Amino acid sequence: MNILVCLKQTFDTEERITIEDGQISDDGVEFVINPYDEYAVEEAIRLRDEHGGEVTVITVGPDRAEQALRTAMAMGADKGIIVDDEDLEDADEYSIAKVLAAVIDDLEYDIILGGYMAVDDGSAQVGPRLAELLEIPHISTITKLTVDGDKVEVEKDVEGDTETIESKLPILVTAQQGLNEPRYPSLPGIMKAKKKPLEQLDIDDLDLDEDELEGKTKVLETFLPPEKEAGKILEGELEDQVKELVGLLRNEAKVI
Amino acid sequence: MNFDLTEEQQMVRKLMRDFAEGEVAPGADERDRTKTFPVEIFEKMAKLNLMGLPFPEEYGGGGGDSISFAIAVEELSRVCASVGITYSAHVSLGCAPFYLFGTEEQKQEYLVPLCQGKSLGAFGLTEPQAGSDAGGTRTHAVREGDEWVINGSKCFITNASYAKFVALTTVTGRKEDGSPEITALIAPTDAEGFQVLDSYVKMGLHSSNTTELVLENVRVPADHVLGKIGEGFKQFLITLDGGRIGIGAMALGIAQGAYESALRYARERVQFGRSISKFQVIQHKLADMAMQIELARNMVYKAAWLKDQGRKFTKEASMAKLYASETAMRVCDQAVQIHGGYGYMHDYKVERFFRDAKLTEIGEGTSEIQRMVIAREIGC
Ligand SMILES: Cc1cc2nc3c(=O)[nH]c(=O)nc-3n(C[C@H](O)[C@H](O)[C@H](O)COP(=O)(O)OP(=O)(O)OC[C@H]3O[C@@H](n4cnc5c(N)ncnc54)[C@H](O)[C@@H]3O)c2cc1C
Repeated sequence: MNILVCLKQTFDTEERITIEDGQISDDGVEFVINPYDEYAVEEAIRLRDEHGGEVTVITVGPDRAEQALRTAMAMGADKGIIVDDEDLEDADEYSIAKVLAAVIDDLEYDIILGGYMAVDDGSAQVGPRLAELLEIPHISTITKLTVDGDKVEVEKDVEGDTETIESKLPILVTAQQGLNEPRYPSLPGIMKAKKKPLEQLDIDDLDLDEDELEGKTKVLETFLPPEKEAGKILEGELEDQVKELVGLLRNEAKVI
Repeated sequence: MNFDLTEEQQMVRKLMRDFAEGEVAPGADERDRTKTFPVEIFEKMAKLNLMGLPFPEEYGGGGGDSISFAIAVEELSRVCASVGITYSAHVSLGCAPFYLFGTEEQKQEYLVPLCQGKSLGAFGLTEPQAGSDAGGTRTHAVREGDEWVINGSKCFITNASYAKFVALTTVTGRKEDGSPEITALIAPTDAEGFQVLDSYVKMGLHSSNTTELVLENVRVPADHVLGKIGEGFKQFLITLDGGRIGIGAMALGIAQGAYESALRYARERVQFGRSISKFQVIQHKLADMAMQIELARNMVYKAAWLKDQGRKFTKEASMAKLYASETAMRVCDQAVQIHGGYGYMHDYKVERFFRDAKLTEIGEGTSEIQRMVIAREIGC
């Protein structure tokens, strides 16, 4: 079974976000595999261990993103492909999906996994867009995956209930929290990761017209949410507190 | 010069951070209160092949370097120093002597199961009458036929309740100049006459295992000599050099954990209408902590780096251990201070860090002994 995983390197979720010159600064920031993509990597390794085959992890990003691929290889992925994003200007989800599709067009695959969204941009678009470009079915936010022959069965959460969907390979699925518990990379995994094959591609290496890659969206402004102010604790008789609260909601918070 | 960690070292850092946060931090307070040894944590570490981290794969090790080992101890100690010392002692006192001095058969028989986590490693050097003056060992072994008969006792031995065998220093005779001939012998802990007592009431490191060994006519086969007869003294000096990197890393991790907690608390705590982190006095305390931790880390990693390069590192390991342990004490003291009364309470963790930190100024050579080692190394 040929299993592909698309992943993105994102800020560690513990990092404090700072803005410099209108852009999010990545100075001294720790990077990790996007947590949802980590579920995808784990699921891919489990599929491989059950059905045989190979797991290839793919990312589009700067040099440092290689570390995310090495981490996935330390967990057990077999090989990696990184596409340098340096020549990508004003890229957005549209552009990234195009690049991934161009990479994957040259590969054999039975199933493609990804996280359902990246925790940085949070758009949840790349997976579905990629499936459309490849003209294969996709199911998003899955919490369970079973593959039997070319039959695929997934579960996903819907408003507190579970939906079961059947489909067929080849397919693209995106992972939601709850799909699995990603493993820690073992020490031998870490030691071996560097020896696993990693292919480095530029946009030029792909059958793509650079002009076609410009994003369809524009970032107008990047700003931090307003700082949270300290809460207010009302005191006194319950009846007075209720009156005060209603007054505050009407006049200060202006929500009623 | 290059201050960046290698890709592998960065991955080890990430793994150990995640493992420490995910598996070690939860329950650390509870284990400290109930004095519970976390066997399951070491089983999980064994599954990730971490128990033999810096030893070659052919012996079941992880093929990592000393810097990665220091990072592992640091990250564990950042959340739970009891796990940190257990791991550090296992690797640098338990495994290392077999790796450094064992014959090939001994490596197969002892190092392999240690690296696989089938036994924890322990090293019996200290005795009631022989601490800093470890050469003053009284435990002795007499050759009877093809066996050694060991009598004596050891104190403060880490991990021995969970060790299937320990290496012990014993006096096996007199040298020509009349000084004792010290030999390291390997003794199975289930041998007849061998008692491992776990009854100390300690200041800290409550969920680590510290034991007393009592040996009464314990018989081991003649080939249970670790390395060569008469080399025990030299061996433990070499072993402690490596061990000091471990204790330095442990101190570093404790300091880091206490500092992070103090910084977080200082930002949140409001007094006189302001976050206490806005008071210059508190800021300067935190600045000093950050600086000392950074210096300690550079020294610990440098000592480990020298070791990895196969260079001499006695002086640097001693400096790293001394500086990091004194940093840990100062940082924990100030971390409790920044927390005020809450810092004195168990729930805020820094009191545990403070108690645990003290050992780093004592174990594997006290601060006084480190200063003697450094003085000797600089040619006093
Ligand atoms: C929790 C814990 C775990 C330990 N684990 C192990 C272990 O696994 N294996 C093991 O073998 N040991 C272990 N030890 C023992 C530890 O290494 C010794 O406690 C330490 O070396 C000091 O020896 P001592 O306690 O006999 O103190 P002493 O040597 O009696 O020292 C008392 C004081 O005198 C000072 N002093 C001694 N000699 C001099 C001198 N020449 N000049 C100036 N000052 C001096 C010391 O610095 C100290 O301040 C452990 C100890 C503890 C507390």
